[in-house]
Amino acid sequence: MSYLQQYFQSDRAGNSMLGALLAIAILVPILNLAVPESSVFHVSTYTVTLIGKYLTYALLALAVDLIWGYCGILSLGHGAFFALGGYVMGMYLMRQIGDRGVYGNPELPDFMVFLNWQELPWYWYGFDMFWFAALMVILVPGLLAFVFGWLAFRSRVTGVYLSIITQALTYALMLAFFRNEMGFGGNNGLTDFKDILGYSLQSDYTRAGLFAASALILVLAYLLCRNIVNSKLGRVVVAVRDSEDRTRFLGYRVEYYKLWLFVLSAVLAGIAGALYVPQVGIINPGEFSPLNSIELVIWVAIGGRGTLYGAIAGAILVNLSKTWFTGVLPEGWIFALGAMFVVVTLYLPRGLAGLITRKQAQT
Amino acid sequence: MSGLDKMRETFRRDQVWNFLMPRYTYEDVLDTSKGPILYLEDVTVSFDGFRALDDLTLYINDGELRCIIGANGAGKTTMMDVITGKTRPDHGSVFYGQRIDLLRLSEPEIAALGIGRKFQKPTVFEQHDVLVNLELSMRMDKRVWTTLSARLSGEQRDRIDEVLEIIGLKNEAYKRAGLLSHGQKQWLEIGMLLMQDPRLLLVDEPVAGMTGHETERTAELLTSLAGQHSVVVVEHDMEFVRSIARTVTVLHQGSVLAQGDMDTVQNDPRVREVYLGD
Repeated sequence: MSYLQQYFQSDRAGNSMLGALLAIAILVPILNLAVPESSVFHVSTYTVTLIGKYLTYALLALAVDLIWGYCGILSLGHGAFFALGGYVMGMYLMRQIGDRGVYGNPELPDFMVFLNWQELPWYWYGFDMFWFAALMVILVPGLLAFVFGWLAFRSRVTGVYLSIITQALTYALMLAFFRNEMGFGGNNGLTDFKDILGYSLQSDYTRAGLFAASALILVLAYLLCRNIVNSKLGRVVVAVRDSEDRTRFLGYRVEYYKLWLFVLSAVLAGIAGALYVPQVGIINPGEFSPLNSIELVIWVAIGGRGTLYGAIAGAILVNLSKTWFTGVLPEGWIFALGAMFVVVTLYLPRGLAGLITRKQAQT
Repeated sequence: MSGLDKMRETFRRDQVWNFLMPRYTYEDVLDTSKGPILYLEDVTVSFDGFRALDDLTLYINDGELRCIIGANGAGKTTMMDVITGKTRPDHGSVFYGQRIDLLRLSEPEIAALGIGRKFQKPTVFEQHDVLVNLELSMRMDKRVWTTLSARLSGEQRDRIDEVLEIIGLKNEAYKRAGLLSHGQKQWLEIGMLLMQDPRLLLVDEPVAGMTGHETERTAELLTSLAGQHSVVVVEHDMEFVRSIARTVTVLHQGSVLAQGDMDTVQNDPRVREVYLGD
C-alpha cells in the first residue's frame, strides 16, 4: 500500500485511541465525582491520579516517538525536558503556598527560609503568576533544546554520540539540581503544594480537572504530531532518518529540520512534566535521573516507534504493569522490564503497534 | 578590522544589505559566457598526509558530457565531494560559472544552485514510495516552514509523471523504493536528480550492477541530457564510457593524467601504463 494513500486514509488505530482518550477524559471524572463510593462503577481518586500520571507519561512518550521514530534521533535525555517543565510548574505551585508554609513566610518558600536566604532569587520572580509559569513551561525546555540542538546538529553529531551527550545533559542537570545553592530545593525538590489557580490540590474536583486536562492536551498533542508527520515536512524528516546525506544533497538544511523537531519534542515533554507535577505533588532532582530517560525510550520501543499511537499505548501499558508488578513483587520489576524489552526487540521489532499493522495487512 | 571599520563597512551607502537583497535563483547569477560551467583550479585535498587530490585543475564546459575515469583512489569521489561542498580542499579554487565560489557555500546551498549528485552506491529513501522520493527531490523552496504547508500542485504532479516516464518507473510509482531492484534504484536516483532541475549533474558510477540492456538505456538517457545540462560521469565500465563519451579525463593520483577523446586517451602511453595496465 502506498504511503500517500496511507496519509489520506484515516489513521484507524490512532483514531480509536483518540476516541478512547476523549471518552476517559469525560467518563473517569464523572465516575469519580458523580457516582457514589458504594457503587461498583465508582473510580477512586487514587485511580484518577494514577491514570492522570500515566497520561502525562504518554505525552512524554509521544514526544520521544516524534524525534526517535520519525527522525531517528535517539534522545536518552528527554527526561530532562520533562523535569524542567515539572520544575517550572513546581515553582508556580510553591509561590501559591504563600504564608501557609511551615515557617509562614509570605515571600519565601520553606526551603529558602531553612537555608537562611533573605530574599527571593531573581529567577523566581514572576512565578507567582500562572500565565508567566505557563509561558516558561514552553520556553525553558524549548530554549535548552534549541541551544543544545543547535550546537549538536550543526556539528553533525549523530547516532550513538548524540545519545551519549543527551544522557550527559540530563545527568549534569541532575547533579546541578541536587545542589542547594541552585535555589530549587536541593535533593528534597519542591513539594507541599497547596493549590493551583486558587483550587485546592487536595480536592477531588481539582484532581478530576487535572486528569481531564491531561487527557485533552494529550489528544491535542497527538493531532499536532499527526499533522506534522503527515505533511511534506514529515516525509522530509523520515528521509533524513533513512539517508541524511541524500537529503542534504537534495538541498534540505537537515540541521534545521532536526532542530525544529527536537525543540517541538522538548516543549511537549515540558508540558507533560508540568501536568505531572500537580498530580503527583512533588518534583525532585531524581526526575533528571538518566534511568528515567532510558526507561521512557523502552516504553516507546515496546509500544512501537514511528506510529505515535504505539508510543502512547506503550507508555500506558508498561506503567500499568509497573504499578501492578511493584505491588506484587517489587524487586522483580526491573527484571520484568528488561525481559519485556528483550522479547519485544526479538519478536516484535515494530513493537505492539506492529501487531496491529500486521493484522491490517492480512485482512 | 576594528569595530569602527566594521560598522563603516556595514553601513556603506553604495551597497544593499544581504537580507534585503531579492532572492536569486541560479539562472540569475550563473555566468557561463566564457564556456566552462565549472572551474577547478589547483585543488588539493589531503587526508592524514595522503593527497587524494593533488593540484587538480579541470574545466567542464557548459552543456558537455564528460567522462572521468581512473583507478581506485585516483580521487574521483573526492573531487565530487569538493564540488558539492562535502569536503573542503586545503587550497585551490572551485567556481561555478564565473561568479559563484562554491567553497563558500554549504551542501544544501550548492544543491539549490542546480548541482545534483548521484552517489556511488544508489541512495534513495527506501521507506518512501517512488513517487514521494521524486516529490521530495523537486526543485522548490526547501525551508522548514514552507515545507510544512507544501502541497503538490497539478503542474508539479505532471512533472513527476514526466520524470517517472523518463526513468521507466511509471508502474512502480506507488511501490516502496526499498523494494526496487538495484538497477531501478539507480534509475530512481537519476530521476531524483532530474526533479532538482539541475544545470550540472555529477553522476558516480551510474551503471554499476545494471544489466546490458539497462546500461544501454542509461547511456541513451545521459546522452540525451547533455546539451541542456552539463553531465559529469565517473565510471569504471570502459564499454559504457566508450558508448557515451566525447571527452574523457583520466585522473591519476589526484591530478589529470590525460584528456581528450576516447581513442586519444586509450592510445596515450602513460594512460596505458597506469590505468589499462600494460
